[in-house]
Amino acid sequence: MKDLDELYQTLILEHNRSPRNFRSIQDATGEAEGRNPLCGDAFNVWVRLDGETIADVSFLGRGCAISKASASMMTAAVRGKSIGEARALFERFREVVTGKALMDEPARAEARKLLGCLSAFSGVSAYPVRVKCATLAWHAMRAALEGGAKSQE
Amino acid sequence: MATVATPHTALRRTPPSGSWDVDRVRADFPVLARVVNGRPLAYLDNAATSQKPRPVIEALTEFYQHGCANVHRGVHALSQEASVAYDAVRERAAQFLNAASPLEIIFTHGTTAGLNLVAQSHGGATLHPGDEILVSVLEHHSNIVPWHLVAQRTGARVRAIPLTPDGDLDLEAFQRMLSERTRIVAVTHASNVLGTVTPLADLARLAHQRGAVVVVDGAQSAPHLPIDVQALECDFFACSPHKMFGPMGVGLLYGRAGLLEAMPPWQGGGGMIESVEIDRSTYAPIPTRFEAGTPPVAEVLGLGAAIDYLAGWDRAAALRHEETLLGYAIERLRQVPGVRLFPSGSVQDRVSVLSFVVDGIHAHDVGQVLDAAGVAVRVGHHCAQPLMQHLGVAATVRASFAPYNALVEVDALVAGVERAREVFAV
Repeated sequence: MKDLDELYQTLILEHNRSPRNFRSIQDATGEAEGRNPLCGDAFNVWVRLDGETIADVSFLGRGCAISKASASMMTAAVRGKSIGEARALFERFREVVTGKALMDEPARAEARKLLGCLSAFSGVSAYPVRVKCATLAWHAMRAALEGGAKSQE
Repeated sequence: MATVATPHTALRRTPPSGSWDVDRVRADFPVLARVVNGRPLAYLDNAATSQKPRPVIEALTEFYQHGCANVHRGVHALSQEASVAYDAVRERAAQFLNAASPLEIIFTHGTTAGLNLVAQSHGGATLHPGDEILVSVLEHHSNIVPWHLVAQRTGARVRAIPLTPDGDLDLEAFQRMLSERTRIVAVTHASNVLGTVTPLADLARLAHQRGAVVVVDGAQSAPHLPIDVQALECDFFACSPHKMFGPMGVGLLYGRAGLLEAMPPWQGGGGMIESVEIDRSTYAPIPTRFEAGTPPVAEVLGLGAAIDYLAGWDRAAALRHEETLLGYAIERLRQVPGVRLFPSGSVQDRVSVLSFVVDGIHAHDVGQVLDAAGVAVRVGHHCAQPLMQHLGVAATVRASFAPYNALVEVDALVAGVERAREVFAV
């Protein structure tokens, strides 16, 4: 039996049950929808920029535990970061969930430090069809940072 | 199709009704011996595709090892053998669906291709602005989107027959919707989400009184129920051999000869012509008019093997066994807290397809936990988004049974659902 605990880590289950920043933002500077046409899951992500800084970020929508927890932890991770930092974090996150992060140990330690609790999603790399779940809200956030559009991933 | 709501403990001690020998049937399907994630595979995704018995697999291998040739194109021995074998399957397929003639059988690439062919060729040639195409809320996208495409082209309009609270097609509403504008009624024979079997003969009679043509999506009925297109009184019937133990890549389309003869070709190419000049061409008679290009010969021969294989079954006993599996699954899942079955009402007139949700757990996550236990189900919207909206859910878990499934596989399904409730602490 495959070890489900690797995928559904306690932190992920906890964010799925009590998602953070699960609300809209009235004075948002950008809003975007992320939709997975394969499963019908959809999230809206709002951002409020203060210059180059993400002053506030939030989401609403429906999805599986992986997509919802990822959205929740994303909002917690990028708030207060610059646009560039948020984009870089997404790139690193994507490497981890797709299993492309074939780095040596110092680089892995560096990535863990950057990602923090987002490292909990490393188990997703064993389930290629779930990568889209883990990155759904991130794609929407990236679109929202550009002012808002629809993204399908 | 009544199912007996017997307590599972009694069912487990008693072999399935009739003389259905599950173990013997399972032995014909090599993949069923697989171990997945450390557990014996419980394949409960038969509505997506069925597994293939040895004779079907061997028919494909035999063709490529000893007889590979194109059909209707050569005088050499291999081409002649292939052509004769290919044409013979058309006759067996006509018998399988009880078509009046093999000329009414078109080999396509699947149910989707068959429905698109009818929509584009028949619909494209006969629909006018203001005409109406009636589909139902139960439909798979492949019996909705082809009609959108032809409606956009012709100015016709697509309307949906609603459902009753039990998930049955609302016949009274259907009668009210029928009018002189109704040209096509395109309905499923069995829902791929709920298993609901529609009252086709009644629908067809009412539609024909108004002069409408009846197009049937038989993808989910043909694997379970004996099909008699003449008794169903439908004008077109499309199904997918890969869901009835045959290969992927070939589809069956039945069309009434009179209608097919009046239809223009759908695709042009080799094999479907009578003669070609540089600025014009004339077309072959039916059914080859609708079979442009090299057909899936190996798959057609595999379909022939599947039809022969099914002929060796006691289909009535197979159906009773499926009803036992469905009834047992419903009975056991009903006892799991938080499980909501669709529809909640009757299990009459259903094929063995069962959709459910688990409160507090997304269908994808239920499916993931089931996979870890070796249980294969489908999760998601099942290409039936209008029906999902009607049910008020984004996604469901769907277990769908075949005659080779065993009661212990239902036990594995239920245990997996219980495990999911533990993992997610709901």
